[in-house]
Amino acid sequence: MRAPGGPDVAVDDVLLAVEDVSLSFGGVKAVSDVSFDIRKGEIRAIIGPNGAGKTSMLNIINGFYQPQEGRITFKGETRSKMRPHEAAIGGIARTFQNVALFKGMSALDNIMVGRTLKMRRGFLWQLLRVGPALTEEVEHRARVEEIIDFLQIQAIRKVQVARLPYGMQKRVELGRALAMEPDLLLLDEPMAGMNMEEKEDMSRFILDVNNHYGTTIALIEHDMGVVMDLSDRVIVLDHGIKIADGTPDVVRNNQAVIDAYLGVAH
Amino acid sequence: MVVFGQFVEVLISGLLAGVLYSLVALGFVLIFKASGVFNFAQGAMVLLAGLALVRALDMLVAQGFSFWAAVGVGLVFAAAIMAITAWLVERFVLGPLVNQDGLTLFMATIGVSFILEGGAQMLFGSDVYPLPLFPSDAWFLFEKAFPGGILVSKIDVFGGFIAAVLVVVLALFFQHTKTGRALRAVADDHAAAQSVGISLNWIWFVVWLMAGLVALAAATVWGTKLGVQFSITFLALKALPVLIIGGFTSVPGAIIGGLLIGAGEKLAEAYLGPAMGGGIEYWFAYVLALVVLLMRPQGLFGERIIERI
Repeated sequence: MRAPGGPDVAVDDVLLAVEDVSLSFGGVKAVSDVSFDIRKGEIRAIIGPNGAGKTSMLNIINGFYQPQEGRITFKGETRSKMRPHEAAIGGIARTFQNVALFKGMSALDNIMVGRTLKMRRGFLWQLLRVGPALTEEVEHRARVEEIIDFLQIQAIRKVQVARLPYGMQKRVELGRALAMEPDLLLLDEPMAGMNMEEKEDMSRFILDVNNHYGTTIALIEHDMGVVMDLSDRVIVLDHGIKIADGTPDVVRNNQAVIDAYLGVAH
Repeated sequence: MVVFGQFVEVLISGLLAGVLYSLVALGFVLIFKASGVFNFAQGAMVLLAGLALVRALDMLVAQGFSFWAAVGVGLVFAAAIMAITAWLVERFVLGPLVNQDGLTLFMATIGVSFILEGGAQMLFGSDVYPLPLFPSDAWFLFEKAFPGGILVSKIDVFGGFIAAVLVVVLALFFQHTKTGRALRAVADDHAAAQSVGISLNWIWFVVWLMAGLVALAAATVWGTKLGVQFSITFLALKALPVLIIGGFTSVPGAIIGGLLIGAGEKLAEAYLGPAMGGGIEYWFAYVLALVVLLMRPQGLFGERIIERI
């Protein structure tokens, strides 16, 4: 077994590398000097008590926040500034903590918007809706239907998402991210607010996405059981600092991690 | 029968006038739907489009082109001008102000309206330019049922037809094309739209371009009716009650609001006017809008804003 997070990882295995990244909002340091990597094909969990900087970290990877210091290397390319739609073009997809769906549109339309980057035919062709644009639209619709089948949301395809129950909304949001066929999928608390059964379903979907499509996944999650079962490696943040990085077993027994969660003064 | 005939005539002319108001209101709806910006410059855009069209037309006809060939080229030229305007506005006004609040952006559009009005007249002239695109006489319908027939102005009918075509095209566009879906997505949630790969700058350019083309359509009809002149910018003021009644984000709402106001205005003028000393046409729309605001602030078709506390 490889040493977790050790230096003997082959360089081309790494999909995303975060180096010495710091982010402040005015006087508040949300993220301090954090470095870690995510390997191709793995499921990486980011955990930590509330306010640890987990969502900020995801926002940095995704381009919503620009770090004051540090570098991000994705698929071999290093950059310091990136805008969200550029991150999407690069192959990063994302779900949000508070379910950012397009409320006025149906579940099907939401997932179709996920295909936007994959649709190559331009504006004018689309308007005329003939020939190549029509075939393309049909093709994309077929892919979206595949995703709908995979997530078992056939029954609610045409329902306006604002009317859907929370668990279904989360699935639709996952579907929209999957429609992008991303290299890296960022999930922000995908299990939040779900009951046991829903969590089991969602876990199964996440595992399937990882196994079947080979998508690398980074997820923020509070449910320790889920984290331990699903992830290959875990990083733990507390007050913006990385306090542990390794396989679930190693992290679970790390004293600093236990202290952070129990709220021991440190 | 004469009395009923008079009613029908006033009603029809009112409905058609209303459709023409809707044409202007549509431009506002497009921009507001996609970016939450109330575009004060929409009236100026109608003026710019009209001026570009009519001057190109006059110049080409003077060079010897046939009238309709000149109209065709003129329309393309005016559309190009609107595209350039959209690009400039996006690049120099909207882009830099991207995270500012609605009021700031609204004030920016007031600035844009001054620049467009001044610029348009500087480039294209400030006279009154007739634009004879549609015949300005009238049909007399149903002569058998009503003595003398019902007077229906041809310009109004053509205007109505253009508005109908526009609405259908827009509806198809929003429902079935990738760009239309992207526009709806941006209107719902900026951040999510960006994380799916939609570039906000591109979308805003597209929206302003579409509003510019709608302004061009409005200019063809209103320019024929009134002549292309500076006061055409005041049409935008009439669009405001249409938007309040129909809802700021609804395309069908803009049509229905326009119809209600157009018909209401003319009918009120014809039947209440004599009792009130006339001039009802000027304030009826605003009073109606006020009443609607008091009863149903989001308009007939607008989205109800429910904020979670």
